[in-house]
Amino acid sequence: MTELTKLNLAEARDKLVAKEITAQELTQAYVSAIEAARPLNAYVLETADKAIEMAKASDARLQKGEGGALEGVPLGIKDLFCTKDVRTTACSHILDGYVPAYESTVTANLWADGAVLLGKLNNDEFAMGSSNETSYEGAVVNPWRREGDDTQLVPGGSSGGSSAAVAAEIALATTATDTGGSIRQPAAFTGTVGLKPTYGRCSRWGVVAFASSLDQPGPITRTVRDAAVMLKSMAGFDPKDTTSVDAPVPDYETALTGDIRGLKVGIPKEYRVDGMAAEIDSLWQQGIDWLKQAGAEIVDVSLPHTKYALPAYYIVAPAEASSNLARYDGVRYGLRVDGENISDMYEQTRAAGFGDEVKRRVMVGTYVLSAGYYDAYYIKAQKVRTLIAQDFAQAYEKCDVLLTPTTPTPAFGIGEKLDDPLSMYLNDVFTVPANLAGLPGISVPAGLSANGLPLGLQLIGKTFDEETLLRAAGVLEEAAAFTAAPEAWWRA
Amino acid sequence: MTDTSNYIEGLTGSWEIVMGLEIHAQVVSNSKLFSGAPTEFGAEQNTQVSLVDAALPGMLPVINEKCVEQAVRTGLGLKAQVNLRSVFDRKNYFYPDLPQGYQISQFKDPIIGEGLVEIDLPDGSTKDVRIERLHLEQDAGKSLHDQHPSMSFVDLNRSGVALMEIVSMPDMRCAEEAQAYVKKIRAILRYLGTCDGNMEQGSMRADVNVSVRRPGEELGTRCEIKNVNSIRFIGQAIEYEARRQVEVIEDGGTITQETRLFDSKAGVTRSMRSKEEAHDYRYFPDPDLLPLVFTQEYVDAIAATLPELPDDKKARFVSDYGLSIYDAGVLVSEKVRAEFFEDVAKGRDAKMASNWVTGDFFGALNKAGLTIETSPVNAKQLGELIDLIKDDTISGRIAKDVFEIMFETGDDPAKIVDEKGLRQVTDLSAIEAAIDEVMAANPDKVQQAIEKPKMVGWFVGQVMKATSGKANPQAVNKLLAAKFPPSAED
Amino acid sequence: MSVDQNTVRKVAHLARIAVQEDELDHFAKEMSTILDWVEQLSEVNTDQVEPMTSAVAQNMRVRADEVTSPPLRDEVTRNASGAEDGFFAVPKVVE
Repeated sequence: MTELTKLNLAEARDKLVAKEITAQELTQAYVSAIEAARPLNAYVLETADKAIEMAKASDARLQKGEGGALEGVPLGIKDLFCTKDVRTTACSHILDGYVPAYESTVTANLWADGAVLLGKLNNDEFAMGSSNETSYEGAVVNPWRREGDDTQLVPGGSSGGSSAAVAAEIALATTATDTGGSIRQPAAFTGTVGLKPTYGRCSRWGVVAFASSLDQPGPITRTVRDAAVMLKSMAGFDPKDTTSVDAPVPDYETALTGDIRGLKVGIPKEYRVDGMAAEIDSLWQQGIDWLKQAGAEIVDVSLPHTKYALPAYYIVAPAEASSNLARYDGVRYGLRVDGENISDMYEQTRAAGFGDEVKRRVMVGTYVLSAGYYDAYYIKAQKVRTLIAQDFAQAYEKCDVLLTPTTPTPAFGIGEKLDDPLSMYLNDVFTVPANLAGLPGISVPAGLSANGLPLGLQLIGKTFDEETLLRAAGVLEEAAAFTAAPEAWWRA
Repeated sequence: MTDTSNYIEGLTGSWEIVMGLEIHAQVVSNSKLFSGAPTEFGAEQNTQVSLVDAALPGMLPVINEKCVEQAVRTGLGLKAQVNLRSVFDRKNYFYPDLPQGYQISQFKDPIIGEGLVEIDLPDGSTKDVRIERLHLEQDAGKSLHDQHPSMSFVDLNRSGVALMEIVSMPDMRCAEEAQAYVKKIRAILRYLGTCDGNMEQGSMRADVNVSVRRPGEELGTRCEIKNVNSIRFIGQAIEYEARRQVEVIEDGGTITQETRLFDSKAGVTRSMRSKEEAHDYRYFPDPDLLPLVFTQEYVDAIAATLPELPDDKKARFVSDYGLSIYDAGVLVSEKVRAEFFEDVAKGRDAKMASNWVTGDFFGALNKAGLTIETSPVNAKQLGELIDLIKDDTISGRIAKDVFEIMFETGDDPAKIVDEKGLRQVTDLSAIEAAIDEVMAANPDKVQQAIEKPKMVGWFVGQVMKATSGKANPQAVNKLLAAKFPPSAED
Repeated sequence: MSVDQNTVRKVAHLARIAVQEDELDHFAKEMSTILDWVEQLSEVNTDQVEPMTSAVAQNMRVRADEVTSPPLRDEVTRNASGAEDGFFAVPKVVE
C-alpha cells in the first residue's frame, strides 16, 4: 500500500494509463493513508466513499482508453473551493454545515480531467493566516519536525492542510489558494512545490473569496512536473469570472526542457532583509550558483519598493476582505445566532462565527475604508501597489525570472506566533509582492535548515509566463535534488 | 427676471424651495445586471434568484452588455457626456434584502456625466434642468414586514436587477417643476425603450431632495424624501416637506440633514432615523470587476439607432403638421400618444386628427379612467371616423355621436353609421323637400327671414331637426341661401 | 496609539461584529499596532501615481443579455436558517 502513495503524480498517471495500477488501488491506498494520518488534522472532511466511486468510474474510462489528463489521480481539495453537495466551510464557524449546490470552476476542471476527490483540506479561516492556526477546525500539524525535537510545528498557511497532505503523502497533489503567499509559504515549510499562477490564470468562481484582487488558486505538489500537470488542468478561461484571462493554456509539461542556458535570472537586492537567517541567505546564494551552473545569466536588479509591499498588502487585503465577508450575516446560510433585532442578530452571528484573526482583519479593513481614512490608507496602499508593479516591470526589462528565498525562516512551532500578529505577517514578506503585482511565483524545496527543516527558494515570473517559471523551477529542483522526507511519526 | 410666483409665504417673509431629484429607473433587459436570472415582474418569491444574486460563497458578478448599452442610450437621450471609462464600486451596508452586504454601484466614475433636460410646464413654457450624472447599480431585494408577527420575510427576486440612477442638479423650484421633470424623464426613457417607466410596479421611483432658503441666499440644509412612487405623491411630498421646513425654521429651529419617507395615506413626510444611524458606506472599487471601457465608435453606433425624442418630435409636429405648440406638447408627452396620433393623422388632415385625439379621444379616456393601451377605440378606427366626416358620409356633429358609440362598443364607425342609419343626406332634392316642408309649415318665419336674412339660421336648425341631423349642413345652407337671397343693404 | 476604544466600538458596529466591553482594549491595541505599522507607507512619494485597482491588464468583459439561471429557489434557500414558504426570514425589521 505505502508503495503506491510513494509515486508522484506524473508517475502514478503514467502507471494508470499503462494499466500497471488501477485507480481503485491507488485511491484505496490514499484512503488508508489518510485514516492513519488523522493526528495531522490535514483533512477536515474525508470523502472515502465518493473517492472509491470516482476511482471506479476512472478505471472504467481508463479501461476503454478514454481517460482524461488526471484520470484516477486522487487529490485533496482546500476547503476554500466550493464542492457540489460536499460540505464547504472555508474552515469558519460562520459557514457551519454549508453544502454548496455548485462546483468551483477549478475543481470542475479537475473532475472533468478524471481526478478523484479524497476530501476537503484544512486551511486558515477564510485563508487568513500564515500557520493554519486560525482554522475553526483546529491547527494542522506539520509532518516535519526539528531534528531530535518533538515540538509540533505549523505547516504554514493558509493552505496548511494542502501542504501537509502532500508532504505526508496523503494526497497525490492538492489544490490551494494564494492571496499573500498561502501556496508558496506552506510549500516552503513542508518541502513541497507550491505554484501560484498569474492572477487571472485560474478561475476564482466558486472559491470562497478572501481578497478578490489578490486571490489565485494553484497547486501544491511533490515535484515541479506535478505542478505543471496540475496547472494545465486547473487553468483556463472562465466566462463566469471577469478577471479570468482568455488566453490559451499551454502544455506546461513540455516546457520542462531542463535547458535554461541564456535565461536571465534577476536577483533583487532588496530581498536581503534585516534579520534574515544566515542559512536562508546561504541557500539563496546556493540557488544562484545552481542556476548559473546550468547556464543562466545572473543579473542584479532592484525592486526599490519591496519593503512597502507588506504594509500595502495589510491594507488592501483586509479592506477587500471586510467587504467580501459582509455576506456572512446569518440570513441565507451558515451560522445564525438569534438576536433581539436584525442588527443584533448580525452582530451576534458574526461575533460567534468569526475567529480572532478574521475579526481583526475585518475590523482593520472596515477602518481603512471608512470616511476620513480611505485616502490615507486604502488609496495610498493602492498607489504603492502601482509602484511595486512598476518595480517588477522595470526589473523584467533586464531579466526573465527572479530568484528569492520563499520565507525568511523555516517552519515555527504551533502557538509560537499566535499572539503577535505582526511577526506572523512578516512570514509573507517575500511572497506578498508577487500577489500585489499579479505575477506567478513558485516555491521549490531547496535544502534543509540546520535543525533539519525544509527551506524553499522562490522564483517569480513574468505575467502569464508560467512556462519559463516552471522550466527554471525544474532546473532548480534537479540541482537541489531534495530527497529528504519527514518520518511518518503520525502513524500510530 | 427672478420668478417669485413659486415662493412660499411664511410668517416672516418669502421662501424659495430648491429641489434636486434622484430617479431610480429599472433598465429594460432580459436578465439582471450581473447575473443570468430573469427580471420579470411579479414572479413567485425567490424563483428569480441566481447563485450570484443570493451572494452564495465564491460567486462572481459578470456585467450584462444590454444594461451597459441601455445606460449609454439613456445618456445620449439626456444629451449627456458618455464616459468611455467608468468604474463599479461597492457601497457597503448591512440590510436583509442586500445579500452581498454591499450594493454594486458607481460612485466616483459613473458611466454618464452631465446632461440637460428641457421640461414642459403646465403654462406651456419650458425650463432646462441640468443632469449631474447617471450611473448603473444593482437593485436590492424586497423585505416583507407584514407576513409574520415577529419576522420579516425576504424575497430576492429583484436583487441584482439593473437600475439607472439619474441625478439632477438642484434646479427645480416648485412641485410642478419636479413633476414635469419626472414626466419628461419618464417620457424620454420610454421613447428610448430603456425603462418602462411603470411607477406602480416600482420600475421607476424618485428620491426628492428638498431644501428651502430666503430668495437669493445660500442653499439650505436638505432632506431627502426616499422612494416616492407616483407623480402625484411627488407633488404632495414636496408641498408638505417645504412647508414643514419653513415652519421649523420660522419657529427658530434648524433643519437636520436626514432621510424621510412619504406617508401617502397621511400625506406627510416622516423621519427615517432608524435606517439613518451611522452610515458610512465605505465605497471602494469592486475588485471582482474591471474598469468598464468602450470606444467612441460603440457610442456612435448606439447614437445612430436613437429614436426621435419628445422635443424633436414636438418641433416636427409643429412644422410638418401645423399643430399648435400646446397640442404638439400634449401629443409627444408620451410615446404611445405620439404614435397614436401619427397613426390617426397618416394620410389625413393632421389638424383634424389632432383635434380628435386631444379632444374627444383623450377626454373619453380620461373620463373612463382608461389609457391608450386599454382604449376600446384604436387609431385605425378613429382614422376611419375622420374619413367618414371628410367624405361627407356623416357630419361632424353626427361623428361625435358615432364616437361615443364606438367608445362604448368598440365597433367600427362605418358599421355604426350603417346600423343606426346615420348616413348623411346629400340628396339635394330630399333636402329641398325638407326645406319646403318647413317653409310651408312656418309662413311667418318665412316672412321674417325675407326681411332679415340672418333669420335663415332658424331654418337650418329646423331642417336638421327634421332630418334627424343627417342632412349635409353645407347643402342645407346652400339651398336656403338660394331661397332667401341676401338683400342689397346687407 | 492610533485607535481608541470608541473607535473600536464604532468600527465593530459598522462591521456588525459584537465586541464586549472587556475586549475593547485588546482590539484597540491590536488595531493600533497594525495601523501604526502600515503608517510607514507615508514615507513613499505617490504624488503622480495612480492607484492600482486590478492586477489584470484588461478591460471588463461583458456577457450577453440572456437568462441563463433556471429557478433555483431550493438551491439558494436550502442552507438558510428559518427559511419559510420560499422566503428567507429574519427578525422583524422596524422601519
